[in-house]
Amino acid sequence: MSASQILRPLERVGAQAEGFIAYLGGIGYLTLDTFTGGVAGLFTRPRIKAGETIYQMVRLGVRAVPIIALVQIFVGITLAFTLAPVLEQYDQLGQLPTVIAKATFPQLGPLLAAVVLTGFAGAAITAELGTMVVGEELSALRASAINPIRFLVIPRVIACVVMTVALTVLANILCAAGGMLISALQLGIDPYQYYYTTIDALTVKDVATGLIKGGIYGFLIVMVACYEGLSVSGGAGGVGQRTTASVVRSIFLIIVANCAFTAVFYFFWPE
Amino acid sequence: MGTDQPVMELRGVQKLFDGRQVLKDINLSVAAGEVVAIIGGSGCGKSTLLRCIIGEYTPDEGHVFFWGEDACHADAKQLDRIRRRYGILFQSGALYSSMTVGENVALPLREHTDLDEKIIEMMVKMKLELVGLRDFEDLNPSQISGGMKKRVGLARAIALDPEILFYDEPTSGLDPIATSAIDQLVIDLRGKLNVTSVVVTHDMKSAFRIADRIAMLYNGEFIAIGPPDEFLHTSDERIRQFVEGLADGPIPLRVSKTDYLADLMGLKPTDR
Repeated sequence: MSASQILRPLERVGAQAEGFIAYLGGIGYLTLDTFTGGVAGLFTRPRIKAGETIYQMVRLGVRAVPIIALVQIFVGITLAFTLAPVLEQYDQLGQLPTVIAKATFPQLGPLLAAVVLTGFAGAAITAELGTMVVGEELSALRASAINPIRFLVIPRVIACVVMTVALTVLANILCAAGGMLISALQLGIDPYQYYYTTIDALTVKDVATGLIKGGIYGFLIVMVACYEGLSVSGGAGGVGQRTTASVVRSIFLIIVANCAFTAVFYFFWPE
Repeated sequence: MGTDQPVMELRGVQKLFDGRQVLKDINLSVAAGEVVAIIGGSGCGKSTLLRCIIGEYTPDEGHVFFWGEDACHADAKQLDRIRRRYGILFQSGALYSSMTVGENVALPLREHTDLDEKIIEMMVKMKLELVGLRDFEDLNPSQISGGMKKRVGLARAIALDPEILFYDEPTSGLDPIATSAIDQLVIDLRGKLNVTSVVVTHDMKSAFRIADRIAMLYNGEFIAIGPPDEFLHTSDERIRQFVEGLADGPIPLRVSKTDYLADLMGLKPTDR
């Protein structure tokens, strides 16, 4: 085996790693521009567009309410059916609301809301921005001295982060409601009892970490989506490719971030 | 500021793509109120040159000056200040697809001025009337034809009353009547408002109608810059071929560089 044969796989690994670092760097720069532009937009003209931000909130978030509601109710029902037999074995069926709440509020609520939003908002943002790049609309904006970060990215970032947090709240409540439904209809747990057990079980940490995570996931979704959309090249095929990449990479990053933050909260925020 | 200072000047602009030199040493100086047509065949570097001028590409060598200010080395604020003084009509119109025709024209006004909404509405109607599309305000770009998009793009480009207007193929894809109308508009803007125009085109009829000077780009270089008359009575075979639109001449139709026979036989250049 010659030296070049040994080196070739190494080179490939190196190229992949280089590409990954460049990708993170690109997102990093976009994030930096978004923050500086966002802070400047709060105090100086031209300001961030309030109307556009609200429009994006409706488009990206409010329209995702029905699908997230359905998903979470089904997850709640599934959890109840899965956990009830186990808890019954240990004669702890009364603790079902506790287990569901502990699984949902810090973990499943924000995670599933974010995954649904990736398909809903992330894909829409990438496809939209990508089509604008292909249609020279971005060039036209820059040439008319309109900063695309301020005009397009910042309203979407604000909308996506706010709406992910809001949808996390909704997701949490409806997941618990799904559990409550099965408990009342099938397992003989009174809804009032379910409600109070849930409230007793939840700590500030459970709720707060869930909401913080929701905000972070929303930020990851929108930054990846904007970055992928703005780096589209090569026509309609490019838009499709980047949209797929946007969804896949967002979900991957969300799962990694979930693991990282759960660990961080475990070590640095004791119960 | 002296009146003889060029409003736009290109000095030694070069651009490479993957080691291939698309623009080699471009020099051009445009005076206030002048209409300059940049002509040349497909793939000669016209669009690349325009993109270098408007800052979409950074030239590898050379400078682009606007009113004596170097746009290639300007910071974001300087560049924005320069950009507010010129307008661009993109080849496709480049309308914002999420906005109506009226909103497209209004956007530069809403972004860069403090004008009252009523005045903006009035100005939008005026600009659209200039391109003959006043009743189309509430339509979406997807609902109008390609030629109309271009005219709306022009209305948007002149929304802020720019001092320089860049046109990328303004008349390609337009019917003869709309073509004359656009040409007349270029002439009117110069006559009434002293607007400088740089028109990238391969429509020779239109170039002769509007231009004070024509610059012909060939293989990434200007091979001639001068008044239209010079182009009619030239001895340069390349210019005559292009102006008269002849298929035979020194400018080859085929731009492929590899050997035809070798390509057909599936031979690589090194195999021969």
